Amino acid sequence: MEPLQAASATSKRRLKRGIGVMLILGILIICAFIISMNTGYIRLSPLDVVTTLFGMGTEKQSLILFHFRLPRIVISVLIGAGLAVSGCILQGISRNALADPGILGINAGAGLMVMLYISFFPPVSTGSVFLLPVLALFGAGAAAALVYALSYKRNEGISPTRLILTGIGVAAGISAVMIVLTLKLDPDKYQFVATWLVGSIWGSNWKFVLALLPWIAVLLPFVLYKARVMNVLTLGENTATGLGAPVEKERLLLLATAVGLAGSSVAVSGGIGFVGLIAPHLARRLVGPKHELLLPASALTGALLVIVADTIARWILQPTEIPTGIFVAIIGAPYFLYLLARS
Amino acid sequence: MQIQFSECTYDDVRRANRLRFKHGERAGELHMTEMLETTQTERNLHLRKTRSRPLVVTLILFGGIAALVFGIALSVSFGAADIQFLTVWEAVFRYNPELTQHQIIQEIRLPRVLGGALVGAGFAVAGALMQGMTRNPMADSGLLGLNAGAGFMLAVCFAFLPGLPFNMLLLYAFLGAAAGAGLVFGISSMAKGGMSPVRLVLAGAAVNALLIALSEGIALLFRVGQDLAFWYAGGVAGTKWFQLKIMFPWMGGAIIGAMILSRSITMLSLGEEVAVGLGQRTKLVKLAGTVIVLILAGSAVAVVGSVGFIGLIIPHLTRFLVGVDYRSIIPCSAILGSLLVVFADLAARMINPPYETPIGALIALIGVPFFLYLARKERREL
Repeated sequence: MEPLQAASATSKRRLKRGIGVMLILGILIICAFIISMNTGYIRLSPLDVVTTLFGMGTEKQSLILFHFRLPRIVISVLIGAGLAVSGCILQGISRNALADPGILGINAGAGLMVMLYISFFPPVSTGSVFLLPVLALFGAGAAAALVYALSYKRNEGISPTRLILTGIGVAAGISAVMIVLTLKLDPDKYQFVATWLVGSIWGSNWKFVLALLPWIAVLLPFVLYKARVMNVLTLGENTATGLGAPVEKERLLLLATAVGLAGSSVAVSGGIGFVGLIAPHLARRLVGPKHELLLPASALTGALLVIVADTIARWILQPTEIPTGIFVAIIGAPYFLYLLARS
Repeated sequence: MQIQFSECTYDDVRRANRLRFKHGERAGELHMTEMLETTQTERNLHLRKTRSRPLVVTLILFGGIAALVFGIALSVSFGAADIQFLTVWEAVFRYNPELTQHQIIQEIRLPRVLGGALVGAGFAVAGALMQGMTRNPMADSGLLGLNAGAGFMLAVCFAFLPGLPFNMLLLYAFLGAAAGAGLVFGISSMAKGGMSPVRLVLAGAAVNALLIALSEGIALLFRVGQDLAFWYAGGVAGTKWFQLKIMFPWMGGAIIGAMILSRSITMLSLGEEVAVGLGQRTKLVKLAGTVIVLILAGSAVAVVGSVGFIGLIIPHLTRFLVGVDYRSIIPCSAILGSLLVVFADLAARMINPPYETPIGALIALIGVPFFLYLARKERREL
C-alpha cells in the first residue's frame, strides 16, 4: 500500500503546486493586460484606461482603447492559448519534444497562400484585410490535410514518426517554393511577407476576435476533456492500445483539434510558431507532465508570452513596430534556456 | 495477445494485420499458433533486412565514386560559356593561363564543382552524426545552432558593416556558426545530468529560434532581408581555390574522424543506457561528435549558406539503403551527399541559363518527394 500512498501524496502535492502556478500565471496575465492597455504610440495613464473602460473617457481615448488596443490584446491572448495548446497536443501525440504546429505544415501552408496572394495582388487593399486570413486558414488546412494523407496508410493508420517525417518534408518543400518566390518579389512586398511570416498581430479588429473566439472557445474545453486520453497516448502506442484506448480514432480527433486551433490562430497572427514549441515545455517544467494540469498551464503560459511580447513590440522602437513573433522568441528562448540549464 | 503485439516488431504487426484482412478476420481473432508462425518467419525476414548489407555498401561506395567523377566531369563541361570537351580536358591537365576558356574552367567551374562535392559530403555526414547522437529523426546540423549563428552574424555584417569583402563575410559567418554551436553545447551540458539527447535538441531549437528572431529583427529594421534571403537560399557559385585549400584538410580530417567514431555512434544510437552498458564513454564520444559536426557543417555553411536539407534527407536515404550500422552509413552518406549537390548544382545552372536557380530550393524540391516516399516506407527510425 505504501508506494501507492506515496504516489497519491506526490500527485496531490503536484495538483496543489499546479493550481498555485496557474493562479500566478492568471494574475500575471491580468497585470500584462492592464499594462498593455496603457502602452502604445499614444500613452494612456492607468486612470484614463479605467475611466475610458467605464465609458467616461474622451472620444479619442475610447477610440484608441476600444478600436485599436483592446481587440489586439484579446487576440494575442487567444492565439497564445491556441498555439500553445496545439503544440502541447502535438508533442503528446508524436512523443517528440521538437514537435510544434509547424510540423503539420500549418505555418508553411498559410505562409505560401499569403505569399502567392502578395505576389499577384497589391498587399494592402480593403479587400485583402479580410481575404488574407481566409486564404491563410485555407492554406494551413490544406497543408495539414496533405501531411495527413501522405502519412496515412491503409490498415495501419498513422505512425507518429511517419507523421513527423512527412510533416518536415512537406514544410521543406513549401519553404523551397517560397524561397523561389521571395527572390522575385520587389522589396516592399518582401517586407510585408517577411513581417507576416515571423508573425505580427495585424488583424486588430473586433471582427477577427469574433472569428477566432468560437474556435478557441469550443476546442480548448474539448481538449481539456480529452486530457486523460492524452495521458494514455503519451505512454506509447502499444501501452495505449493495451490500456484499451482507441488509439487511431483519438489520435485523428486530437490532430484535427490541433490543426483547428493552430490554423485559426496562424490565420490572424501570421507564423508565430515558437509559442507552440516553447509554451508546453515551459508549462511542463512548471506543473509536470500530467495533461490535466499541463494543458491549462500551457494555454496560460502561451497567452502570457504573446501578450507580453506584443506589448514590448509596440513599446520598443516606436513608432516602427517590430513583429510580435520576434519578441516571443527573444523573451521565451532565454527563459527556456535558463530553465534548461538549471534543471 | 497484447503482450504478443508489444513484443513483436513493427513489421510483425503489419504482417499480422495483412493476414488478418486477407482471411476476413476481425482484430484479435487470429489463432495463436498462426500468429507465432508468422512472427517467426517475419522476424527472420526482418533480421535479413536490417543486417548490414556489404554488397549494397560496396556498390554505393564504388558506383558512387564513379558517378561522382562522371558528375564532376559533366558539371565542369557544362555552363553558360560553351566550351568544347577537349578544351576542358586541356584546361584541367595542361593549363594555359593565357586562354580565357582555360581560365573559366580553372578559376570558376572547377573550384565550384569540387566545393559542391565537399560541402555535400560535409552536410550529409554532419547530419548522420547528429541523428545518431540525438536519436531524433528530425535532427540535422542546423539543430546545433550553426545555420542560425552564421545567419545572425551575416545579418549584423549586412546591417552595420556594409560593403565588407567576401572573405571577411565568410570568416564572420564561420565565427557565428561556432558561437551558435558553443551556445547550444554549453547550455545543454551545463545542467546537472550532463548533456542528454533531449536537452541538446531542445537547447538547439531554442537557440535557433532566438538567433533567427534576432536576425529577422535586424533584417526588418535595416531592410537587408532580401540580401539575407539570397544567402539562405544557398549557392556554391562563389567558391574559390583558396577556400578549398583551407576547407579541404579540415573537412577531410573531420570525415575520417567521423568514420573512426562510427562504431561508437552506432552504439549511441541504440540508446544512452545501452551504450554505457556496453562500456562506452558516452561523454567523450558526444564531445568528439559535436566537434566534428561543427567543423563539417560550420565550414559548409560559411561557404554555401544553409542548404540544411541535405543533412536531413541524405542520412535517412542512406539508412534506408544500407541499414542501421553507422560504419556503412557515414561513408555512404558522404558519397551520396556529394552526388546530390554536384548534380543539383548542375541542374541549377541548366534550368534557366544564364541565370541560376537557388540550389537550396532546388535540392529541397528534388528531395521532398523522395523524402516523403521514404517516410512512408519507414522501417527503423534511426
